[in-house]
Parts: sequence; structure tokens; C-alpha cells
Amino acid sequence: MSNILTYVIFLPLVGSALLLFAGGEWKTAIKTAGLAISLLTFFLSLFLYFGFDPTKSDMQFTHKVMWIPAFNVSYNVGIDGLSLLLALLTTFLTPIAMLSSWASIEKRVKEYTIMLLLLETGMLGVFCSLDMFLFYIFWEAMLIPMYFIIGIWGGQNRIYAAIKFFLYTMFGSLLMLVAIIWLGYYASTQPNGRFTTDLLQLYAIGPSVPLAIQTWMFLAFALSFAIKVPLFPFHTWLPDAHVEAPTAGSVILAGVLLKMGTYGLLRFCIPLFPQATVIFLPYISALAVIGIIYGALVSMVQTDIKKLVAYSSVSHLGFVVLGIFALTEEGIQGAIIQMVNHGLSTGALFLIVGMLYDRRHTRMIDEFGGLAKVMPLFATFFMIVSLSSIGLPGLNGFVGEFLILLGAFHSVMMSHWFAIFAATGVILAAVYLLWMYQRVIFGKITNPVNQGLADLSPREIAVLVPVLVFIVWIGVYPGTFLKQSASTTQHIVSTVRSEVKPSLPFAHRVELTQPAR
Amino acid sequence: MYNLVSYITLLPLLGFLINGLFGKKLHSERLSGLIGSGVIGASFTIAAMMFLEMLRTPVEDRSHVITVFNWMSAGSLSINVAYQVDQLSILMTLIVTGVGFLIHVYSIGYMHGDPAFWRFFAYLNLFIFMMLNLVLANNFLLMFLGWEGVGLCSYLLIGFWHDKKFDTGGYKTGSATTSDAAKKAFVVNRIGDFGFLIAMFLIFNLFGSLTFEDVFSRASALVTAGDKTIFWITLLLFVGATGKSAQIPLFVWLPDAMAGPTPVSALIHAATMVTAGVYMVARCSILYALAPATMEIVAIIGVATALFAATMGLVQNDIKKVLAYSTISQLGYMFLGLGVGGFASGIFHVMTHAFFKALLFLGAGAVIHAMHEEQDIQNMGGLKSKMPTTYKTFLVAALAIAGIPPLSGFFSKDEILFRAFTQGSVVFWLIGWVTAGLTAFYMFRLVSLTFEGEERWGHDKHPHEAPRVMTVPLIVLAVLSIVGGLVGIPVSLGGGNAIEHWLEPVFERAQTHLSTATEISSSLEYILMAASVIAGIAGIYLARLLYLKRTEVATKLSTSFKGIYRLLWNKYYVDEVYDVTVVTPTVKISDKLLWKGVDVNVIDGMVNVTAKLTAGASGWLRRIQGGVAQGYALAFVVGVIVILGILILR
Repeated sequence: MSNILTYVIFLPLVGSALLLFAGGEWKTAIKTAGLAISLLTFFLSLFLYFGFDPTKSDMQFTHKVMWIPAFNVSYNVGIDGLSLLLALLTTFLTPIAMLSSWASIEKRVKEYTIMLLLLETGMLGVFCSLDMFLFYIFWEAMLIPMYFIIGIWGGQNRIYAAIKFFLYTMFGSLLMLVAIIWLGYYASTQPNGRFTTDLLQLYAIGPSVPLAIQTWMFLAFALSFAIKVPLFPFHTWLPDAHVEAPTAGSVILAGVLLKMGTYGLLRFCIPLFPQATVIFLPYISALAVIGIIYGALVSMVQTDIKKLVAYSSVSHLGFVVLGIFALTEEGIQGAIIQMVNHGLSTGALFLIVGMLYDRRHTRMIDEFGGLAKVMPLFATFFMIVSLSSIGLPGLNGFVGEFLILLGAFHSVMMSHWFAIFAATGVILAAVYLLWMYQRVIFGKITNPVNQGLADLSPREIAVLVPVLVFIVWIGVYPGTFLKQSASTTQHIVSTVRSEVKPSLPFAHRVELTQPAR
Repeated sequence: MYNLVSYITLLPLLGFLINGLFGKKLHSERLSGLIGSGVIGASFTIAAMMFLEMLRTPVEDRSHVITVFNWMSAGSLSINVAYQVDQLSILMTLIVTGVGFLIHVYSIGYMHGDPAFWRFFAYLNLFIFMMLNLVLANNFLLMFLGWEGVGLCSYLLIGFWHDKKFDTGGYKTGSATTSDAAKKAFVVNRIGDFGFLIAMFLIFNLFGSLTFEDVFSRASALVTAGDKTIFWITLLLFVGATGKSAQIPLFVWLPDAMAGPTPVSALIHAATMVTAGVYMVARCSILYALAPATMEIVAIIGVATALFAATMGLVQNDIKKVLAYSTISQLGYMFLGLGVGGFASGIFHVMTHAFFKALLFLGAGAVIHAMHEEQDIQNMGGLKSKMPTTYKTFLVAALAIAGIPPLSGFFSKDEILFRAFTQGSVVFWLIGWVTAGLTAFYMFRLVSLTFEGEERWGHDKHPHEAPRVMTVPLIVLAVLSIVGGLVGIPVSLGGGNAIEHWLEPVFERAQTHLSTATEISSSLEYILMAASVIAGIAGIYLARLLYLKRTEVATKLSTSFKGIYRLLWNKYYVDEVYDVTVVTPTVKISDKLLWKGVDVNVIDGMVNVTAKLTAGASGWLRRIQGGVAQGYALAFVVGVIVILGILILR
């Protein structure tokens, strides 16, 4: 079991290869197999959770094999607290996505299931790669199945949305590739150095890159991740992609794919280029705060529920970025737990929108109203998920938002105003979600079509209940998860602090990081 | 003994889970009601035992912290779920569980026949759980959990009958439903909570902790009185209080909250939740004592709200709306008490108000039930013979709130007015005194129009006394409204002011920073007391005169002062002003400018233009590689000629 991480990453890939031999007509069998493979992956990933030592900040479950000796590129995977939580989120959400599309996907079931499994391997690879070349391959490879999921099983305008999604992300990542190659080359110019893409070696080298070049490197990486997050103003691919994607696609897109952006910021941008980080920090934080407020306001006036949830992601991910760039332990811990939270809450919101769409084939808010009468169970689940997204204390969203805002306010890197403005997003979240909820669920049934809607089926309950369990769990006892990433966070924060030279502009802000009490 | 405190909170949670998860399957109102009220009764019993235990222990040994588990830790922040049992929190716990229990019992009768009976009790239990966390928390964050949690329950319960039409008496006339009122309550409260959040960040920055004991014990050493940071901390906390306790400028949600079932109005919007702001300020007394400017603001907002709300209460015709404005006004009194440094007097009024205001609401509920959901007092009258118990208990409560001795309201209100005069200013006292007269007036306008005079309802209605399950709580609350003030009889009247002594240790730190009132002659105290009794009696007399004997004068007054009447009736147009200045512009700007303008046209427009430009340029470049051999040959020849030309001419 020493290479368990590799097994977890590639189990879905192996599964999808096996599915290739299945007949296209065996729909139920294929769905069952897909679900079984993703569940097996989830259970296998639990070994990672139980075997993980949260007191250590270095990579665990590492597995390294030389791959391309000419370029010193190796297959190299491993996880720390950050990767662990996101990998678990991935293995948790994939079977749920699989089960959610049980009834709604009828065409090309085999290809669909294979795509979802390929996607899972891609996502896990991104979160576990310790070699930048390997990371880049997973990062790009994961685009392909998502492209097909939107483009084949999507809605009316799916081709436009799929191409936009693909090109936009691709554009960002090409710059990152250039930066990766340059970094590897820079490593070879060091005394006794040679070309490398090994992340752990580059961690030691990155901070020594001259500041002028470091800023360009930082920007190349940051742009690629900012598009993925998406950070305002790079977000316009997101509403299109979400609206057109099938439910499972939206769940994975919001739940996991967006986290790759924030993961990249934490894994690469900040520790590789700490000085550049400090320089760009105010600007990125400002964009994050704008995104929080802007996303919420635009979300408020949407008429399509799915678009509303999509814009709310812009707002919620703004919180995550703000927490990361607070560069305090509270802020980054909050950001990490908020990545998980957003995956659960927004994932669940997309599941819920999908359940409405399955019944009515529309997502327009004014088509609904009074659903509490006919779908009381659905109304209850919807309420709890909305409250989680609103950030009600006792549910998961609050833990993340509170730690992020506290961390940002506490941070000497940025003005108090960042946290204060960001906190208005907490008010606005209540406005846009409760207003939508009210128009969909409360009141009298005005549209006779809604009179005959069926409440949740056992399958739909099975899809939602696991998510709800974690929504409550993280809200009441977040320690289970916070403690996994605590040392990693500590390590990141201390790295930045130790690498920032006094000669640097803005450096004076860093030295004050520990306020005197 | 004190370890049992987690059961006080856990039992209501258990009740919520049982009724929430299995209530529908129980198919039994009796069982749902029994579980719902039983858990609260049990909580009350434990709290009472704890209180008795505390009475027996020496003063310095009465404060305890019981830690349940670590809620969240990150960096230097560590927050426990831990309860602080002391004189203040046990008092609040007794009020919440005691009055709460009576209202639960009453609800068994009131909600009889409702298809979602079980859900109602689940929500009520959840509310009590959250409220207890609010008052028992030993740190700001757990208090905030309760704070937002009670807001959620308020939201769920205001909109309990979510498809019911609801008369806002103003905005959205005719189309508003109770869910509009619920959403408004939640959102307005969130605006206040924003203040609470920022205050917590400031506290953490300054003190490095969010635990009460850490913060309060370091306050005197770390803060110089009047410091800017402490001003902002206290002011922002108070912003939170204005939301939850419906003070200017965030009071607008409370009148609308009357859309909820009446027991909800009694429990949440009169007796308990709305006093959370008062409790919070009292709990942070040391911080406020270090911020005299904020204290001043608290007193001004309090006294202004007291008067402002009372004037609106004068003209309302909805029985519950009158009580709602009355609640806002009485909460204003409590803040006046706090603001002038009389922390104990504010808490004293929280207690007596819980008794008589809960009683008034429950009485109103009995009337509304008897009158088949009629709430307009113009269509009532003469109910006292039909509903004698309701009438008598309602009368007791009305006398109590009007400040007639020796009922409970007299002592608590008088204590506040006395503090306002001696520790605040004459103006505070004067406004408070006028408000006392107005209070007596609108309460007895209500009593007269509802229970006395001629019957103004149709023959299709047959009002009758409420069942025992509803009247017994009324009687208990009436007794409490009568005797509740006895714990606060001032020294000048031969009492011991027991409640102030009881709370003394909690406010000890604060008192050292406040100018203690110099010796005040008891003759002044008697004069002030007499003045407030006169105001109360005058108000009662005037109301009875206008609405029972000389009704034509009342009509004439409303026509000859039409402008003022309309202004009051429309509640100073505050809702309309908020709508025009905040709500509508925000929605319009978000829709037209941000979404359709900036997002779709500018940002996404640029993305699409980039794509189109690329596609256009490629389309042009593509021709170079058209695959036509002659074209390549031509380009080749031209290229050779150009290069040769350059070489030759150089």
C-alpha cells in the first residue's frame, strides 16, 4: 500500500479504460459500474485521510519515479494538508455527481461515464502532483473531458460555452507553461544546478529569482489561476459554462475545478515567489473584494437560478482569494476550509437546481413559486443548503467566511477596509439567496404546472444527504478538517515571512505581522 | 451542579431534532406539543435549581465557565463552545426558559389544528436553543451563533404561514406576504450583524481573544477611556443591537414581524430575542464604560426610539401593531437605562417587560382567535364579558406597562427614569416621562377599543373565552406581572433593590469607570415617582375619555390634525424612504448597470471582441496557406525578386 496515492489517482482512469469494452446499450450496468468505481476511489482515498499525519508540514504518501531523464522530469506525487482536503473533496463529489445524473443523462451514457472518470483522475493529479511538468499535464488534460461534458451533454448554447471555457483557460495556462520552463532553466543556471521541474527543489530556488523577473513569473502563474478561480474581471466564462453544463458538470466545475485556481495560488504563486506576492497582494486582494460585492450584486438580479448560483461563486471565491492573500494563519486556514465549503454548498445548490430542471425543464425563477406545498422535503434541503451558503453560524460557510474575514482584518499586509468591504458580502448573500428562495419556494402556487411536481425521490435524497452531513459537521466541529491543514498553513505563512527581504518595497508591512499584545 | 448547564441548552435542541425529524410521522399534536413544551420545562427546572444553588453560594463563587468542546482554532484564534454561568446569564436563562415554557404551553392551544403543528414546535425549540446559546455564551463568537440563530428562527416563524397575505400598512400594499416580512427581518438584522462582525475583528485585534473574561479583564489595562478603538468597538456592537432590538434606524422589521403567528410575536418579538441587544450591551458593560461617547449615543438612540415608536403606536388600529410599536418603545427605555450607566435597571426592565409584554401578546392572540383572525380593533369592542379571564389578565398587563404601582412595570420603568434624571440629563428624563404618558394612553386606547364600549363586530362572530391551556399561562404571567417588580423595590420605598445587588458583581468593573451618582435626596426620588405615576394615570384617563365617553372628540382630533395623523399612520414614511434611497437603487444599479452594462457588454464584450479579432486575423492569415500551388509559386517569385532587389540596391 505504499503507493496508495498513485492507486487513488489512477483508479478512475483504469476504470474508464475497462468501460471502453462495455457495450453502449448497457446503460444501467455502465452507470452502476461508474458509480462503483468512483465509490471505490472514495473509500480508497479514506486511507489517505486516516494515514495522514497532520502534525507534519512536509509531503506525505510521496511516490517518485524518473520519467523523462533528459529533462530531469519525474512522475512525482505526494500530499500535504491542503492537497489532502481537496483530494478528498474530489473523491467525495465525483460519486455524488455520478448519481445525480442517473436519470437526466440518457444519450451516450458510456462516453459520459468515461468522461467523468477521466475528469476525476485529472483533478486528483492536479492536487497531488509535485512535479510541475506533471502538474501541467494534468491541468491541461482535465480540460478535455470537461470540454466534452459541456459540449455534448450541455444545454442550448453549449458549443459556445464549451469553446469559451476551453480557450479562456488554455490562454492562461500557456503563459504558465512558459514560466515553468523558465524556472526549470533558471534552476540549471544555479551552481551545480540542472534543469528541473521538481516542485520541492524549485521551492528552494524560486525566492532567489531576481525581483524584476519574479514579478513576471508571478503574473504568468497568477493570471492562469485567476482565470480558473475566477477572479474578477476574468469571470465571464463561468456563467456561460455553468448555465450550459449538465448538472454533474456544474457540480464538478463549481465544486472542484474552481478550487484549482485557489489551490494554484497557494501551492505555487505564494511559496515560489514570496517577494512578488507581497508586491501584488494589494491589487489581487482589491480584485477579490470587488468580486465579492460585484458577484453578489449581479447574482441578486438574475432571473435564471443557475446563473444566480454561478455569479454567487464569483462572490464566494473572492472570499477565498482574500483569505489566501491575508497571509495570516487564520486567513489561509479559512480559505482552505472555504474551498471545501464552497464545493459542498455550491455543489449542493447546483444539485438542487438540477432537480428542479429535471422536473420542469426550466430554471427561470418566475416559473416557480409555492413549491413548499408540493415538495416540502425539497424545500427543507434547499433551505439548509441556502443557509450554509449564506454563512449562517452553525453551518460550514460561516467557519470559512469568519476565519477569512478575521484573518484579513488581522493582517498587516492589507488595510482594514478590505475586510470591512468584504463583510458586506455577508449581508448581500442573505439578500440574493433568500429572495430567490422566497420566489421559488414560498407563497401560493401560481403556475398550475407546478401543482403536480413530485417531492424528492430516494435517489435524490441519497445524493443530498451526504453533502448535508458535512455541511453540519464542518459547521459544528470544523476541527476535524482544520487540523489537517494547520501545519501546511503554518509552513506557508512562515515561508513568506522568512523570504521577504527588508529591501523590498512593502516589506515594512511584513515585519509587523505579529502584532504586539 | 453547574456542569448541568449544557443540558439546559441540549434539551431544546433534542426537542427540535425529535419534532423536526419525526414530528410529521408522530401524527399527534398531543405528543408534539408535549415534547416541545416538556424539554423547555425541563430546561427551566435545571436553570431554577442552578439559580437556587447560586443563591446559597457566596457572591465571589457565583461565576463559572463550563467548557463543552473546542469549536474552531486557527492561528492564534481559539474558540470554545463554553458557557458562562453567572448572575446575569442565569437570570436571562430563567426568563427565556420560564416565559418560553408558558408560551409553548399556550401554543398547544393556539396552534391546534394547524397541519404543520409539529414544525411549529420544532422551530420554537430551535429558537430557545439559540437564545440560550446567546445568553450563556462565554465568548463573542458563540454569542454570535445564538445571535444569528435566533434571527433564523425569527425568519422561519414570521413566514410560518408563508402564503398568507399580510398588510404592511405601507410599502407593497396588497401584494406582500408573510415571507416578505420574514425576509425583511432577516436582511435588516444582517445589516446589524455586519456591525457585530467588524466589532469582533476589532476586539480580536486589540485583545487577541474573543473570550469574554479575557477581553473584559484586560480592558481596563489595555484601553484608555475614550480611546478611538474602543469607541468603534462599542459603537459597532451597538449597531448590531439596533438591528436585533429594533432601535432607530433599524427598527423597521419589527412591525412587519407581526405577520407571524401570535405566540411567536410574544416569545421572539417581545419577551426574549429583541432584548438580546440589551443583554449584549449589559454583558459588555466594561467596554461601554470605557467609551463614554458611545454611552451617550446609546442613551440618545434609546430615548429617541422610545418616543418615536410611542407616537406611532398612538394611531395604529391593528392590535398586534400597537403592541409592536410599544415593544420598540420599551426597548428604547432599556437602552436609555444602559446608556446612562444603569445597567441593572435595563436588565430589570427586560425581565418585567418579558412578563407583561408576553402577556399582552398572548391576550391579543386569544382575542384574535376568538374573533376569527380579526386584528382590527375598530371591529372589536365589548369583549370583556365574553372573555373575562383574557380581559382581566390583559388589564393587569396594561396597568403594569402604564407604570401603575405596585405592578412590576412601575418599579423597573421608574428605576430607568430615575437613573436618566440623576446620571443622564433632565432632557432624557423629560422625554422618558412624556413617553410614559403616551404609553399609558395607547395601551388604554387599546384596552378600551378591544374590551370595552359597544360591540362593533358582525353577528357571524361568536367570541368565547380561550381554552384552559391558553388561559393558564395568561394567569401565571399576570401574577408575574404583578409581583415581578418586588425584586426591585428601591431603598427609598423600604425595599432592598434585590435585583441590583444580585447583578452588582457583573457590572462591578464597569462601575469603577462610571461616575457614581452622588447622594440623592429621597425627596427628589419621591417627586420623580409621583410625576411618573401622574403621567400614567393621566394617559389612562385621557384614553378612556376619548375612546369610551367622548368618542366624537377622538374623531374630530384625527380630522383637525390630519397632517400629523397621516404622518403617524404612515409611520413617518421610513419604509418608503428606505425603499427609494436604498432598496430600489441597489436593485436597479445591479440589474441595468452592473449586470447588463458592465458584465455583459463591457467585460464579456471585450472577451468576445478579442476572440473575434483573433478569428478575423486568422481568417486573413489563413489565405497565405490556401493550398493553391500557383499562389505559393507567386509568393516565392515575389520574395526572390524583393530579396535580390534589396541586395542589388544596397
